[in-house]
Amino acid sequence: MKAANDTIGGPAVAAPEGREQRAGLLGRRLVWRRAWKAALQVVNAAGLLTLVTIFAMPFVWMLSTSLKTLPETMIFPPQWIPGNFVWQNYADAWNTGPFLNYFVNSVVIAVGILVLQMLTIIPASYAFARYTFKGSGFLFGIVMVTLMIPAQLIFLPVYLELSTLKLLNTHLGLILPFASSAFGIFLLRQAFMQIPEELLEAARLDQAAEWKIILQIMVPMVKPVLVTFALFSFIAHWNDYFWPLVMTTNETARTLPLGIAKIREVEGVATWNVLMAGNLILVAPILVVFFLSQRQIIKAFVYNGVK
Amino acid sequence: MTVWQKLRPYGMVAPAIVIFSMFFIYPIFYMIYLSMFDWNFVSPTKTFVGLQNFRDLLAEPDFLKVLSNTTVYTALTVSLTTGLALLLALWLNRKSLFHGFVQGAVFSPHIISLVSISLLWSWLMDPEYGLLNWVIGLAGFDPLQWLSHPSTALVSLVLVAVWKGLGYNALVFIAGLQSIPAEIYEAAELDRSKPWTTFMKLTLPMLSPTIFFLVIINLIGSFQVFETIAIMTQGGPVNSTNTLVYYIYEYGFRYFKIGYASAAGVILLFIVGVLTIVYFKLLSRRVHYR
Repeated sequence: MKAANDTIGGPAVAAPEGREQRAGLLGRRLVWRRAWKAALQVVNAAGLLTLVTIFAMPFVWMLSTSLKTLPETMIFPPQWIPGNFVWQNYADAWNTGPFLNYFVNSVVIAVGILVLQMLTIIPASYAFARYTFKGSGFLFGIVMVTLMIPAQLIFLPVYLELSTLKLLNTHLGLILPFASSAFGIFLLRQAFMQIPEELLEAARLDQAAEWKIILQIMVPMVKPVLVTFALFSFIAHWNDYFWPLVMTTNETARTLPLGIAKIREVEGVATWNVLMAGNLILVAPILVVFFLSQRQIIKAFVYNGVK
Repeated sequence: MTVWQKLRPYGMVAPAIVIFSMFFIYPIFYMIYLSMFDWNFVSPTKTFVGLQNFRDLLAEPDFLKVLSNTTVYTALTVSLTTGLALLLALWLNRKSLFHGFVQGAVFSPHIISLVSISLLWSWLMDPEYGLLNWVIGLAGFDPLQWLSHPSTALVSLVLVAVWKGLGYNALVFIAGLQSIPAEIYEAAELDRSKPWTTFMKLTLPMLSPTIFFLVIINLIGSFQVFETIAIMTQGGPVNSTNTLVYYIYEYGFRYFKIGYASAAGVILLFIVGVLTIVYFKLLSRRVHYR
């Protein structure tokens, strides 16, 4: 402090010495601060790497196990890299059941649901957003109640209903309950409401048909929301285990997740190598898609929640 | 306005409303109706028993155990997921390529099927050859029985749920953090507010709608946990992980006691219903001051 004062008000002769002292002090402080910062950065990076490890290691372990022989899975402490890559495990997993069938069912059901949802939610959300009509409050109430009821809660009566309709073990039975989406209507209605009326005036002056206005002007405006919803819906139904498990009693309409879960019954509880191979068949496509369009998917799941 | 124009909105909402009425609204009433009957699904006659199913349920020690399991599981899962996710969000809330990568990694379990997660974790938690016992062994702990022992099974399931849900919750928090206007922080800085004070007096209140949203959806999700239980423990060992949806599933589809299972379903509906109503009540009041 004294040195600092000297440099400002003190005699010129003392100045060089004081300046030096001050620079030294500052320099030392700077070194400390830099060291502290560097240490923090190292700790931070180490923490982040640990975090990534906690979330990535199970998947690496799954891959590693899927390529082992059965005896190799029973080595403790565990081996990370199998001696020989046993690709046969994948074939074994695939052959435990009608996997091609499962796969086709998964695609048909997830795509079927998505297409029907698009066909039902676009007109409904448009009507709720842009028209005033008697009873719209009550009808939107039905949408809101549906939004709040998790399907997991009413599976028993729906099962009985589908059984009366003779829809158990059919694709239609697995698709129909989800042919519309309250969540989708809710999202899309907000998007439609945000479009300013002026945009439509030109089209209205041209006396364009209402359905043309909707399809050619309005729907393109909400495309990002539609894409977001489509991603969300497809992943949710592709992954679903509960509904196809509950609504099927034989293999006809069963999907991949059920097939994978069933490997255990066929191969025995402890054949972890085959199980993990099967598991990877189910996980890999989703993970690949995720890493290709991470941003879009995160947006679909996260920002919808916030709004 | 022509008749067609008047009818158009009804035509547009009709398909969705029909689906909802058939598969969501009607089943609720049907379930409440069934809960008052004794029926085994095959017999042509249903016997009316009034509230007897509910009385039986509440007198059944297994069901009370199921209720307490569900409550413990939910309380642990929700508090751990939400709490850890908030810490993680504060840590990861930076816009760099590396942080983006970490966020992606932490988020990834959220889009994976619960079947995969359950199978993977069953293997990780294998008492003899599982990776988890090796990891805690490195840290000097004795191997655990994880899912195979009544005292650790439920907590193990919580661990899996937290692992799966953490990333999603953290990213929702990050979205919440980023929506807080920067000017407010600048003002706090000008006032020389300490970081802790800024967090308690500013960040937390501004985040309260997000916290609230996450707590509620985690609550509703946890109350209906099914997949992990069906695949990893089947409710065992000795009923220590049996929860509501799994209980309903077993009574409906294994023992064919439809009325009894429906009564349990009505109780779950009641719990979830109350939670949702509370959610929307508070939401309409707005949680923070804006």
